[in-house]
Amino acid sequence: MSALVQIGASSAPHRVATQVRSLRAGEKFMLALVGLGCAGLLFAALAPGSWAAKGAMGVFWFALIVLGGSWYFWMAYGRSHPGIKNDGIFHSATTHRGALAWIIGVALTAFYVALYWHGDSLSPVYSLLDPLALALTGASADEWFLYGALYTAAVGVFGVRMAMKYRHSRYQLIRTGSVFFFQLGFAFLLPGMLKKINQPDFYFTYFWPLKPDYLLPFDYVMGESGILAAQYSGTSVGRFMILWAALMLLVATPLLTWFFGKRWYCSWVCGCGGLAETMGDPFRQLSDKSEKAWKIERWSIHLVLVSIVAITALLWFNEWSGRALLGDDGSGLFWKSYGLVIVMAFSGVLGVGFYPLLGSRFWCRFGCPMAAILGFLQRFFSRFRITTNGGQCISCGNCSTYCEMGIDVRSYAQRGENIVRSSCVGCGVCAEVCPRGVLRLENGPVANRFDGADKPLHEAMRALGLAARD
Amino acid sequence: MHVVIIGNGVAGVTAARHLRKRNSHVRISIISGESEHHWARTALMYIYMGHMQFTDTKPYPDPFWKKNRIELVRGWVSLVETEAKTIRFEGGRTLSYDKLLLATGSRPNRFGWPGEELQRVSGMYSVQDLARLEAASPGLRHAAVIGGGLIGIELAEMLHSRGIRASMLVRESSYFSGVLPDEESQMVNEVILEQGIDLQLSTNLTEILDDGQGQACAIINDKGERIEVGFVGLCAGVSPNVAFLEGSGIEVSTGVVVDSQLRTNTVDVFAIGDCAEIREPGATRGKVTAVWYTGRMMGETVAENLLGGARDYNPGIWFNSAKFFDLEYQVYGEVPAATSKGEEESPASLLWMAPGGRQSVRIVHRNGAVIGFNLMGTRYRHRVCESWIQEQRSVEYVLKHLNDAQFDPEFSRRWTREIQQALEASA
Repeated sequence: MSALVQIGASSAPHRVATQVRSLRAGEKFMLALVGLGCAGLLFAALAPGSWAAKGAMGVFWFALIVLGGSWYFWMAYGRSHPGIKNDGIFHSATTHRGALAWIIGVALTAFYVALYWHGDSLSPVYSLLDPLALALTGASADEWFLYGALYTAAVGVFGVRMAMKYRHSRYQLIRTGSVFFFQLGFAFLLPGMLKKINQPDFYFTYFWPLKPDYLLPFDYVMGESGILAAQYSGTSVGRFMILWAALMLLVATPLLTWFFGKRWYCSWVCGCGGLAETMGDPFRQLSDKSEKAWKIERWSIHLVLVSIVAITALLWFNEWSGRALLGDDGSGLFWKSYGLVIVMAFSGVLGVGFYPLLGSRFWCRFGCPMAAILGFLQRFFSRFRITTNGGQCISCGNCSTYCEMGIDVRSYAQRGENIVRSSCVGCGVCAEVCPRGVLRLENGPVANRFDGADKPLHEAMRALGLAARD
Repeated sequence: MHVVIIGNGVAGVTAARHLRKRNSHVRISIISGESEHHWARTALMYIYMGHMQFTDTKPYPDPFWKKNRIELVRGWVSLVETEAKTIRFEGGRTLSYDKLLLATGSRPNRFGWPGEELQRVSGMYSVQDLARLEAASPGLRHAAVIGGGLIGIELAEMLHSRGIRASMLVRESSYFSGVLPDEESQMVNEVILEQGIDLQLSTNLTEILDDGQGQACAIINDKGERIEVGFVGLCAGVSPNVAFLEGSGIEVSTGVVVDSQLRTNTVDVFAIGDCAEIREPGATRGKVTAVWYTGRMMGETVAENLLGGARDYNPGIWFNSAKFFDLEYQVYGEVPAATSKGEEESPASLLWMAPGGRQSVRIVHRNGAVIGFNLMGTRYRHRVCESWIQEQRSVEYVLKHLNDAQFDPEFSRRWTREIQQALEASA
């Protein structure tokens, strides 16, 4: 009787009998390598001695973790038949906000706090990567090099996990390959190599407003020596970078979103998306699906967009007015506040640090101004939709549960409606977990795009109370 | 007017939703003994397997009911008094109605097996069934699944996900051969065996043994073998849940007998979903259909008729789908089962199977017109298949336009040309 009450009456995790999956010898060995690598890094960081001597070992221990982790996931997920592998997700403390989730969440958060506000405190660790940094960028490592290396390693190791977990799906394989390619190539190697040849470490896959400084009149963080100073200094490389950032935003973004939806960026190219789709995958089910959360989402993401537009306009105006409006420091204050609240606290600490507690796309859903623009384009000017296959939906709820953006996919599918939502990043996992093959991500003629669903204009009118609700 | 709906499954709930959509004044009550809120029992397996929580299976958020002024009443109905237009609950409470809608669903079949009433024996249909399995699961190493249908294989998969060995007793000589054609049925047999399920074909349950404390401890099959198990799942089909209507005057055969407008023999009493038995169903559909979407369709139809309409229930071309472990299955239209072989006028079919893979496409045709699709490991568009069947398209036409029906995820390996070539050659 007690079990019955628990299952029927509450959303609390009910007591279940689960069997601990026994590890195979190879899996144990790979996990041992990860543990050994972590211990090695710790000892190397604490041990006395010159950084140059320790560095080689540091890179070795780091590589051991990456290798052991990747290989472990390869073996662990390769064991079972290709297909959906969500057994025990809600029985596990890690993936259901249990003890381990809190430990991981706090540790990640602490790392971001150290990174943004006490970067020097990470020097015993980042110095260990000096040999790697010297080879790539020509300079010794700093906290940002460490961050880039860890980020890329995470996308790689958990990318192996993602690929093996969904290896029955070529969409997921290619997409996972894509996010790793863009993270490694465009967010790690290329900026590093640019630095080595004394060019600004430009990120070709980030644009205003996700990276607002690329279209600001001046670099308010690094001053005259910063990236933008170099860009605006009149060198041809600098001019190219500005041109690139503007072209990507004004031409490529609307065009690609018209053809493919916002997914071309959010779940194929973007680094934040890349981490969410790999390291964040174990936590995708934690997103809040309530209508209230959707309401908050629409307010908060658009507020962030409005504020960055306003700040950008203000800074340009100040620049044009010969800095008469705000003075030199005044502009910096605006930009630095945005950086502190939105970039550091929101996208970093909350966005990634709270993965195990709030789900993997908290920043993308509630904060990212780039996602807001892409979402607007996707809703109104795109061929992308998720098609519902006639009357096959059985309302089971797998699609909604595993939507990292908290979209109640089922509410559309069970009415036979297509899903055309601005927040959808097109990860395709709803279509994977559907046990009846009801959903398909498609780019197609706009004529039948809203099959069954409300046209955006009608929905907006309903939201404003100008048209009747069902 | 007060409409009382017995049962909060998809049929009853859909009826309530559409009633409210059409009429904002009618009072609507939904009675359920099983659960406070409507949940998708199609997701029962995913709760046990840890893919979802119970709360995730609810298709509508909890405030939905209040917002739409649909009253939820908890309780088991023991009697319907049609003269007084009153229903009586266990425990004596009563509720009066102006119109009554029976949407009480199914009950797992029990065929009078010795020991079927023991503890640790259960169907796999309701919240209560799930709780029974959960209660039996700690320390459970081996369980028996009785029945080779859609629920049986789901229970086998549930047990398998927790590392519990499942012995699956199937009456037929091949899994689901009462529905699937031979080759597809064989394909599923292979999938079941590959997962390490102890699949016992052509085997029936004889007896469930008592451990001396009223709990099941073993089963004996009709080959005389004894299998030690800590749980027995009865999954040999379901029947309409109508026992409580005895003596009410409402006509019951297998289910509650209704006409094409879902009306029973008793005035102001309607029945829909699994518990309804259509007196004269169309040629391709049975009298009782226990699938999700027919409940939904009947609910939509009956809402109109409860408000005085006269709409016929028309489910259209048959379709269904399922997933056997990792193997997806879809069917549209008429597809003859393996066991129906040798019948007269059995339609011809073209079958393509992926080389070495778990994929197949079967196109069934009669007199040159396509009448059905049976698909394993590939997805086709419902609307396209439906319109081809309705329009009686030729095999040649369908093969030529096969790509229009494709619903597999982007970048999936497409076999269209191979299928077209193979099937054209055999057509």
